Amino acid sequence: MNIGTRKILDRSFTAVGIGSIVVMALALMIIVVPIVSNGIGAILFTGTIEHRKMLRNEFQRGNVQNLASEVASSERYRARLYEMLTTFEGELETMAPEKKREYMSQYSQVKTALQALLGPLPGDTTPMLTRFKYGQTRWEKAEEKLHELLYESKWDNSNADIMGKEYFVSRAKAFEGTALAPIFPYIKTNLREMLLPEFTLYWGFITDSSVDSHFFGGIWPEIKGTFFLAIGAMLFAFPLGVVAAIYFTEYAKPGFLNSMLRSANSTLAGVPSIVFGMFGLAFFINTLRVSESKSVIAGSLTLAIMILPTIIRSAEEAILAVPKMYREASLGLGSTKWNTIATVIIPAALPGILTGGVISLGRAAGETAPIIFTAAVSVGSAIGLADVFSSPTPALSWNIYNLASEHEAAAQIRHVQYGMVLALVTIVLLLNLSAIVLRARISKKLKG
Amino acid sequence: MTTSESASAKKTTRDIYLPPERKVVAGGGTAHIVAKNFSIYYSEFEAVKKVSADILSKYVTAIIGPSGCGKSTFLRAINRMNDLIPSCHTSGSLLFDGDDIYGKYTDEVLLRKKVGMVFQKPNPFPKSIFDNIAYGPRLHGVSDKKKLMEIVERSLRKAAIWDEVCDRLDKNALGLSGGQQQRICVARTLAVEPEVLLLDEPTSALDPKATAKIEDLIQELRGSYTIMIVTHNMQQASRVSDSTMFFYEGVLVEHAATAQLFTNPKDPMTEDYITGRFS
Ligand SMILES: Nc1ncnc2c1ncn2[C@@H]1O[C@H](COP(=O)(O)OP(=O)(O)OP(=O)(O)O)[C@@H](O)[C@H]1O
Ligand SMILES: [Mg+2]
Repeated sequence: MNIGTRKILDRSFTAVGIGSIVVMALALMIIVVPIVSNGIGAILFTGTIEHRKMLRNEFQRGNVQNLASEVASSERYRARLYEMLTTFEGELETMAPEKKREYMSQYSQVKTALQALLGPLPGDTTPMLTRFKYGQTRWEKAEEKLHELLYESKWDNSNADIMGKEYFVSRAKAFEGTALAPIFPYIKTNLREMLLPEFTLYWGFITDSSVDSHFFGGIWPEIKGTFFLAIGAMLFAFPLGVVAAIYFTEYAKPGFLNSMLRSANSTLAGVPSIVFGMFGLAFFINTLRVSESKSVIAGSLTLAIMILPTIIRSAEEAILAVPKMYREASLGLGSTKWNTIATVIIPAALPGILTGGVISLGRAAGETAPIIFTAAVSVGSAIGLADVFSSPTPALSWNIYNLASEHEAAAQIRHVQYGMVLALVTIVLLLNLSAIVLRARISKKLKG
Repeated sequence: MTTSESASAKKTTRDIYLPPERKVVAGGGTAHIVAKNFSIYYSEFEAVKKVSADILSKYVTAIIGPSGCGKSTFLRAINRMNDLIPSCHTSGSLLFDGDDIYGKYTDEVLLRKKVGMVFQKPNPFPKSIFDNIAYGPRLHGVSDKKKLMEIVERSLRKAAIWDEVCDRLDKNALGLSGGQQQRICVARTLAVEPEVLLLDEPTSALDPKATAKIEDLIQELRGSYTIMIVTHNMQQASRVSDSTMFFYEGVLVEHAATAQLFTNPKDPMTEDYITGRFS
């Protein structure tokens, strides 16, 4: 090959390489940027007085005096609104029955929107669910609700060939001429005074338990559950995996059984995680009965089985990569085989073994399928160490899925879901980062 | 056979091995390692063929021969390093202090404590210099810090590297130069107080200056240890050794006092090799 062609080949390969890296980085950005920006929104946001009321009532946090004066100021503006409602209700009574019925249905929609925006109205019975006890706690949500209050959403289905089109009708128009009409401009101009939005830093999102299935509060039970499950899995899988790797590399005689075991291990590494989930349910809970039903221990064991092949393989590779001359040096000094493994081989292989371990830990923290049937519940309180044998736990991976698909009001608490995603990504990232740091430090120590 | 006959037979053996021009070592000269019809196989392949030889205690024996002739294989048989290769097996007998090295009841771990080895490529552990030297003694039960320090210093002094490393014993041994690393390896071997020192081309990875240091070291250790050194360097063999073994395709062609083997070889094959007539 002449030098010209060689250069062209070199250059084009470089270009392709750079191109693929750029594409990958862009793809990553497209995923990561919304996760981070939306996820941070769970902690940093513009919170309303309803958020502060909720914190006071549900978590006994915040200054009582400040809150009282804030409530007083907001009530002043709200009182005016409530007055207008009462006036309109009086007007309703005097209307002709037909007209009244027409307005009534519209009016109940308005009231629902108002409840969503400001919380229970005077005269309402105290709601059972916490989510209905407060108005909008986040300003951007309040603005959405305001729109719902001001405009009725309707669907234009006139053209049967295309999907219906949404359009909005001003409620102020619908109530024109009645005593209700003025409330719409009034709310529009005075919403700030009624809700008193201010910049909020809510660390409680990380350290609080959730209230009313994630409507309010934080994700501490999920974070804790994730840690319990992942670390529990490591406690089982890491020692077992390293011992198995030592057996494979140092003690196993080459032969049929050995190669069978190895290929079984490789196959296991490729089994879909949902299969491990089913296996965990069938084996650990139904057969071994490690717990009555779902529990952290059952989930940890299932995750352990799932990550075991990876740990074995990475440990095996790390051990095989230890130079033969270390082994010879140690044996040559009159060391026993076991001693050589313990004092020379394992320390030299440690960076590789630990890297595999931490990456597996990240995987255990992130997997959903293995814990669906064995450990995860969608709502629960943070569990303690004593509960791992008996209680199930919420966990980030499962709750992200749950909030995305099964939660009855998923659309209203998207910020919680993003917050969970960000928390999980951060945990896995931190784990991998610590693996890199750990590896670098040990390697440096080994290299001198 | 009369006593005088056997005495004279013994005398001739010693005459062969002990060169008159080299300083005689007190207490040395008995047969420390004895091979009788000793063969080593890799599966079917006979890499060392029916070797019979006496290695005299406290003297330096060099092993020379073309590449692939079985020098390393023979050397590694003496401390049973060949056990690491599953296909390797032996026949005949190889005695150390009168005991069969490949005997049924021989403890190879104990044997390796008495027969130390230094390899072609310096192979210190990725640990501190101190921990490298203390590795063997710790293994064999010394845990007292003061005693360990004594052993470390003594071994490093014997290996003529104490002055170069005494102020950085806690530094990683891999940070040293190749020649220093090799002397660390010698010190590490000496720390377990072996009787025999096997050196497999200990200077082939080193520059001339470091090589000279190792050769000086071997001269220092002569008289205290039975030393066997494999080398491709004929000058080195003649400089450091008392007797020399010449291997060719697994056969021990000639074993004689070094001076004699290099100036007046008995076998024409030896002559061809040392005069560089075959490659
Ligand atoms: N592990 C092994 N398996 C099979 N054959 C081997 C093995 N090691 C060495 N041999 C063979 O045994 C013979 C002797 O090898 P050995 O390493 O002892 O030679 P050597 O004299 O030390 O050579 P060199 O000077 O190159 O180091 C060679 O033919 C080699 O191919
Ligand atoms: Mg060799």
